[in-house]
Amino acid sequence: MLQAVPSILGVIIISFVLTRALPGDPAVYFAGAMADKESIEQVRQALGLDRSWIEQFFIYVGNLVQGDWGQSLKTGQPVTEELLKRLPASLELTIIGLGLAVLAAVPLGILAATNPGSWVDHICRLLVTAGVSLPTFFTGLFLIYIFYYLLGWSPSPLGRLDIFYLSPSHVTGFYIIDSVIAGDLEIFLGVLAQLVLPTITLGLFALAPIARMTRGAMLGALSSDYVRTARASGLSKSMVLLTYAFRNASLPVLTTLGMVFSFLLGANVLVEKVFSWPGIGSFAIEALIASDYAAVQGFVLSMALLFVTVNLTIDVILAITDPRVGLEE
Amino acid sequence: MSENLVTVVSFSLFLFIIFLGLFGEFLAPYDPLATAASNTLRPPSWAHPFGTDNLGRDVLSRVIVATRLDLSIALSAVALSFVIGSALGSVAGFWGGWWDRIIGRFSDTIMAFPLFVLAMGIVAALGNTVENIIYATAIINLPFYIRVSRAETSIRRQAGYVAAARLCGISEIRILATQVFPNTLPPMMVQISLNMGWAILNAAGLSFIGLGVRAPDAEWGIMVAEGATYIVSGEWWLALFPGAALMIAVFCFNLLGDGLRDLVDPQRRT
Repeated sequence: MLQAVPSILGVIIISFVLTRALPGDPAVYFAGAMADKESIEQVRQALGLDRSWIEQFFIYVGNLVQGDWGQSLKTGQPVTEELLKRLPASLELTIIGLGLAVLAAVPLGILAATNPGSWVDHICRLLVTAGVSLPTFFTGLFLIYIFYYLLGWSPSPLGRLDIFYLSPSHVTGFYIIDSVIAGDLEIFLGVLAQLVLPTITLGLFALAPIARMTRGAMLGALSSDYVRTARASGLSKSMVLLTYAFRNASLPVLTTLGMVFSFLLGANVLVEKVFSWPGIGSFAIEALIASDYAAVQGFVLSMALLFVTVNLTIDVILAITDPRVGLEE
Repeated sequence: MSENLVTVVSFSLFLFIIFLGLFGEFLAPYDPLATAASNTLRPPSWAHPFGTDNLGRDVLSRVIVATRLDLSIALSAVALSFVIGSALGSVAGFWGGWWDRIIGRFSDTIMAFPLFVLAMGIVAALGNTVENIIYATAIINLPFYIRVSRAETSIRRQAGYVAAARLCGISEIRILATQVFPNTLPPMMVQISLNMGWAILNAAGLSFIGLGVRAPDAEWGIMVAEGATYIVSGEWWLALFPGAALMIAVFCFNLLGDGLRDLVDPQRRT
């Protein structure tokens, strides 16, 4: 837990600097175009901009802790409320996309490592090199062109649920879970149909680094002494591969997952724009275009905190998988 | 043999892209900004090999002319992160101690953000211009340069030739600049070429969501964004060609980076 403290502190300092780095004088900006000198001064005092930087920083941290992240200029609602309302939609995409990528990339990487030089290995190399070169927004658009326009298999790429359906009653905010709770099969299938293309887009993006790392780590593990010993002791092939080699190879793969998650949070923004997905990415883009600073900074801060949490979780899982990690500290 | 072929192909592609970036405006068959109301949304034909867009502009000319803007954004960003990153990284690696701790903490803090998201935040705070896209891309790439430069410097700081230089009475800062730094350049070059593709993707992503480059300027990301609206009605050429150009450029830099790494550091070959 203590490891996360400096990261959180750093994140808060940077996001404070970003909120104060507005071009020109923020007081003039927030007072509006018609403001005279007096009202600018009033706004300056109301925002606490007349105090010293250190004081401003502590006020800022205090506000953050109390859940006051400012108000969205566009909707007039508190930023935290706006973000929390949209977070499940984005997480649904990111988590399923990451899940798909892991399900495809790990077996691919293992197969490529166990048969180096085979056709699986070549496909793996091709996918890995091509995958990192693919702009996510471009893949998304062409999946839409093929599966919506040409083949007509996929529903129109507009949001989380076709307009013919009512969204399931709000329990968790995750439509997949909510539709199961509501026991409505039709809506569940509708939700699933909308999810297919955007999650595949994200999955393709995340596949490359995971497959590359799995292949590399498995190659390392398979050439190690303990695998040779396990083989010499006559253990079954699957036992050697999964219990001995993969368990050791899974550590660097897990570490990579943290990095991949960070990239996915960025790619999510692009995918949400392509698929008109009503998540926090779309919210942030609208806020950026409308110069709604509190909303953008709230988005950046919440994504960073989410990422710190994910990294912390990965550290915990690492310590459970590999007892040596825990002992070193 | 086949790997050499890949490197040759990617290097020729690289030269071609640079060529387009330098002389694109003379090669483009049409004026990239000239609209033609009578000739909108035409599919690819002999006259317009990549078709025309919603304003009747020639997509091929726009894709060619965009090369310069995309390359110059990525190159400036990478150059900035290289200069600042290698300065910080070699100071941290050479002197260690407090320098190392502060610079390391700084780079960890940047890495604590999802990088694309941080770039969005930086552009929002500094203002929505092309220069700020460059700064944002440079800042989010800094940690990678700091890390490589720090590692390469710290393994060399006790090297024989450094001790020899010290004995000759050369000042520490000159040893760093003239003895150690030049030796860290090969791995840094690999980092640059691997990073270049990512910088292009990142800048294109930012302009795809409407930051930085403004219409009617031609840039691959914004062209894909403009073409996105027409995908659902079947006009695929608006987004496909700029997207493909983007992809090929990134692919080329990645292949080149891999090839360079194999040359510089054969042990890390994958």
